[in-house]
Amino acid sequence: MENNRYQLNKELAQMLKGGVIMDVTTPEQAKIAESAGACAVMALERIPADIRAAGGVSRMSDPKMIKGIMDAVSIPVMAKCRIGHFTEAQILQAIEIDYIDESEVLSPADDRFHIDKRKFDVPFVCGAKDLGEALRRISEGASMIRTKGEPGTGDIVQAVRHMRKMNAEIRRLQSMSEDELYDAAKVLQVPYELVKLVHENGKLPVVNFAAGGVATPADAALMMQLGAEGVFVGSGIFKSGNPEKRAAAIVKAVTNFNDSKMLAELSEDLGEAMVGINEDEISLLMAERGK
Amino acid sequence: MVIGVLALQGDFIEHEKKLMKCGAEVFEIRQRRDIERDFDGLVLPGGESTVIGKLLHEFNLFEPMHKKIIGGMPVLATCAGMILLAERIENDENVYFGTMKMTVRRNAYGRQLGSFRTLAEMKGVGNIPMTFIRAPYISETHGADILAEVDGKAVAAKQGNQIALAFHPELDECNMIYDFFLKSI
Repeated sequence: MENNRYQLNKELAQMLKGGVIMDVTTPEQAKIAESAGACAVMALERIPADIRAAGGVSRMSDPKMIKGIMDAVSIPVMAKCRIGHFTEAQILQAIEIDYIDESEVLSPADDRFHIDKRKFDVPFVCGAKDLGEALRRISEGASMIRTKGEPGTGDIVQAVRHMRKMNAEIRRLQSMSEDELYDAAKVLQVPYELVKLVHENGKLPVVNFAAGGVATPADAALMMQLGAEGVFVGSGIFKSGNPEKRAAAIVKAVTNFNDSKMLAELSEDLGEAMVGINEDEISLLMAERGK
Repeated sequence: MVIGVLALQGDFIEHEKKLMKCGAEVFEIRQRRDIERDFDGLVLPGGESTVIGKLLHEFNLFEPMHKKIIGGMPVLATCAGMILLAERIENDENVYFGTMKMTVRRNAYGRQLGSFRTLAEMKGVGNIPMTFIRAPYISETHGADILAEVDGKAVAAKQGNQIALAFHPELDECNMIYDFFLKSI
């Protein structure tokens, strides 16, 4: 039987569903994340809030640092490369990373082309703020999608906007007659075959997580109730007062996102949340990178 | 027939779809009150065993579920689920239910680049597709019956009421394992 890498890569994303993927910068943080119940970790040198504060060009992390995290935990490890920087992706594949995030959090290396992800054996996750972006990334070979949100802000508004927009566009495709799908593909600037798949199934053909601005258990549960299949938490955990407790609470909130009584308990005594910045206070909108 | 599917994390929805296709009624077990209803069989899905194992304790599901398994409730466990049932994990100090007499190795095929799909014979079921995603295998049995091997490694076992698989039948078209499981109830 043929080994279809793309299929296997989509299936790894399925195993992550209902889980929380946490940004970590050291092996110690990775262990804290794993024991708090993270289903995977994202290894990076600086979390988005610090990237935002530092400014300048931000790039793929040092492979040695990533390998240190891969050795520290038994759960899957992801790492980010710049949009369009296929050589950084080749390097991450060479160290056998479990998932590559072609991410708008880093400075884009190509202002026109994303990576041709079909050329890789390792799976890719990509950010999207609407259905068109999601389907373009999938057509390039992404096997998992996440909302872009607005990384490093602790402000959930953009993740909500992106998830709602994607869902609304999916519902619209579903309600179309078949002869309208050709035009929909043209308007969305995506292949007709993917539009047809969404029309038939009422969902993306890959797993869809929420990301960018999740800071509290309530934020995570909100995104799950809006239809996310899991949650990425970047700066929200290790920029807060009590990372262990907050991380564990967010994990539990994702599992029981519909139980408001439990969410109330989980939201108690978590200490200081990350400070957060509103979208109109920031000069750099990472979500506008890579469309 | 009512099957409870452990729905703390992982690909439990795929199991639910398969079970419904094979005629079972399903419900999700996410917290203590869910396990207090009557049901006939239990499915432990794939996902991350560290996450599922931790949440079983946090949501006070571990004790009642352990009792049901020891009490003879039919269980189908895949991948992370198999790790939960094994009495020893070669490369992990954790033991979860520990009800199956076997040693398993976590992430035995390496990282995601080691994931693969194949066809192999499973005793009592037939020739079936098997999808391995960062999968474990059974490195040693101390009593569990081995039902399938791939490349000389044991990947499926049965011990009384418990069936454990290193692979993911919920991801393939074939329903034979679900028929096998439901018939055993």
